[in-house]
Amino acid sequence: MRLNVNGEARDSASATLADLWRAETAGLELPTPKGFAIALNGAVVSRGAWAATALNDGDRIEIIRAMQGG
Amino acid sequence: MNEHDPFTIAGTAIGSRLLLGTAGYPNQRILRDAVEASACEIVTVSVRRISLKGHGSDTIGLLAGRRFLPNTAGCETARDAVLTAELAREALETHWIKLEVIGDRETLYPDIGELLEATRQLVGRGFVVLPYCTDDPVVCRRLADLGAAAVMPMGSLIGSGMGVANPANLELICRRSEVPVIVDAGIGTASDAVIAMELGAAAVLLNTAVAKANDPVSMALAMRHAVVAGRQAYLAGRIPRRGRAEPSSPQLGLVGS
Repeated sequence: MRLNVNGEARDSASATLADLWRAETAGLELPTPKGFAIALNGAVVSRGAWAATALNDGDRIEIIRAMQGG
Repeated sequence: MNEHDPFTIAGTAIGSRLLLGTAGYPNQRILRDAVEASACEIVTVSVRRISLKGHGSDTIGLLAGRRFLPNTAGCETARDAVLTAELAREALETHWIKLEVIGDRETLYPDIGELLEATRQLVGRGFVVLPYCTDDPVVCRRLADLGAAAVMPMGSLIGSGMGVANPANLELICRRSEVPVIVDAGIGTASDAVIAMELGAAAVLLNTAVAKANDPVSMALAMRHAVVAGRQAYLAGRIPRRGRAEPSSPQLGLVGS
């Protein structure tokens, strides 16, 4: 399945947003998803719905983090 | 003097009239110490795509206990700003947003058409919107009419340190605004923050002046005192300017001939 994650096209085996979150952040040792959010095709998907949100070919996903800013 | 002099945004009392940005500090420890020294209650943060090469620093954890005000910095359209605000609401569990919609990358001037449209949409989606805008009384009034919780006219260009470029406009905006006026951008040093507050601003938002000072923690403390001093002078009421000297000592009983 082809996905666009944060502007990059890639092949993915993730069936749901929760799978994709785990795959994308595997090396990051994140304690909690606090400060993070995901949008699917331009709409935010709340944390509680990640596991139940299936991914489809061509989906555009934005994974963001709150960080330093002015 | 009593430092406790809150102002209100959307029904919430804010204890400090200094809002501090969190970008560009030499390191995380200095950021934390500067925020502490500033005694600010609100800190701004940005929302960015995660880097898969490393998870960066945990600004949210570092500054836990402050009220986070996420921004839409870098957005150039109402559409991108609205999505960024929605992502920030989910990530930080706040419906407050510092709305920036930039029309020109060189000057970082706001795009007023997109800004008004984004304000309208975000207010409709239940956000408390604090738009960064030009120091134009009509723009500020339009934003307030659309439901902005505060207006944040620029002192001068973002990061420029040029201070309050048009004090006459800012005074006019402060005098007429029905929502709090927070002077955002351009503050270079403590006297700039004093001037903004003396003109009647409810608060000042700054970042670079502290982050890039030789000693950010000292400058944060200076800014804390500056907003208090400027506010107090505004409340006290300054004397009128005059073109001639006015002796302050009595003119009767002078010694000598």
